Amino acid sequence: MRSLIDILDLDTGEIDALVKTALDIISHPDTYADVCRRKKLATLFFEPSTRTRMSFEAAMYELGGHVISMTDGASSSASKGESVADTAKIVSCYADIIAMRHPKEGAALVAAKNATVPVVNAGDGGHCHPTQTLADLLTIWRGFGRFSNLTVGLCGDLKFGRTVHSLIGALSRYQGIKFILISPEELRLPGYVRGDVLDKCGIPYTETKSLEDALPELDILYMTRVQRERFFNEEDYVRLKDSYVLTPEKLAGAKGDMAVLHPLPRVNEISVSVDRDPRAKYFEQAANGKYMRMALIMMLLGLTV
Amino acid sequence: MNVDSIRNGIVIDHITSGRGMRLFELLGLGGETAPVAIMLGVASRKMGKKDIIKIDADISVDVDVIGFVDPGATVNVIKDGKLIEKKTIGKPERLTNVIKCKNPRCITSCEQELDHVFRLTERGEYRCVYCDTKASPN
Repeated sequence: MRSLIDILDLDTGEIDALVKTALDIISHPDTYADVCRRKKLATLFFEPSTRTRMSFEAAMYELGGHVISMTDGASSSASKGESVADTAKIVSCYADIIAMRHPKEGAALVAAKNATVPVVNAGDGGHCHPTQTLADLLTIWRGFGRFSNLTVGLCGDLKFGRTVHSLIGALSRYQGIKFILISPEELRLPGYVRGDVLDKCGIPYTETKSLEDALPELDILYMTRVQRERFFNEEDYVRLKDSYVLTPEKLAGAKGDMAVLHPLPRVNEISVSVDRDPRAKYFEQAANGKYMRMALIMMLLGLTV
Repeated sequence: MNVDSIRNGIVIDHITSGRGMRLFELLGLGGETAPVAIMLGVASRKMGKKDIIKIDADISVDVDVIGFVDPGATVNVIKDGKLIEKKTIGKPERLTNVIKCKNPRCITSCEQELDHVFRLTERGEYRCVYCDTKASPN
């Protein structure tokens, strides 16, 4: 039995296989309409989520499966003090696969160790969010046809941004990747990601506070939201939340084929007027997430067409 | 300064000067399980200064704790006044319930029954297996 806790649980061959399946699902959706017949996905979201939860649920429905949900941690057994370990054991009795989001880092690993069905980490605090990375990767593939030889700018909250950490881990396994890390001093990429991933893999990277300076070099700009829920101190959040705002004027300095990605939801870090620019790929990215989750559910349940 | 030899027990020698008390605390030697002598800042030809812990009883100690605090320390097992085993520990691959994760966002901060487990990274640091937070030295 296999779970997905960290994007690095998947090797590059498995990523390629998931991309291939997702592309085939996009081309031939009817072929996959009954793959998960009589299978149940449990979505356990102890933290608010719209797109990730709905994406998982849509993915399972489009595979012909069913969904059972715990949508609000406050109304669940967790509010009565049940541990993640016990919740995972219990839900394993009802579902064939679990997708779980939890505010605490490492919660998905605890669930996977105790569940008797596959667990997919749908976000554990500021730690990992591997299925968002799968959405990012499919968007990159559909835009560039490769994962190698790309200069990727990561902008905003690189400290608590779990999607950033996962994407760096995933792309660091390919040749010719270069990162430009754009953030205020307080939200720099954590040392363990710089050391254990970038330095270890010999990936070149530069750190800057200026989005404008970095833009001309980039093939991909990955914008992130400064997340209020990651701050213990409201003052710090207010001071940092508007550090970067991408506008059409700023985009004028970027390559014509650059792709703008964002895990969404955005607040105001990307101006709505950017949405009309063909380089804005973040809505496609949300759609791609569903296809990759479909491919992942099939992989973890050992199902093929 | 002299401390009597022991007949049956353990001598943890070559502890980097300054780490003896930390090791004493993490090994839980502060109770009344065994007579213990701690020598701090002892002159050493190789190390300049070192710390030594002598445990005058045939008890087992958690060698992972020793490897974590000071991987260069040596453990000498004494039986009937004779040295029967001398070993260097090195850094253990995993630490279970030796230290606690101090990240307030870690799942271990709210689920009390979970073991606190740290893994040794390629950089020689210990990181929480749940949240990847680096173990703090104190």
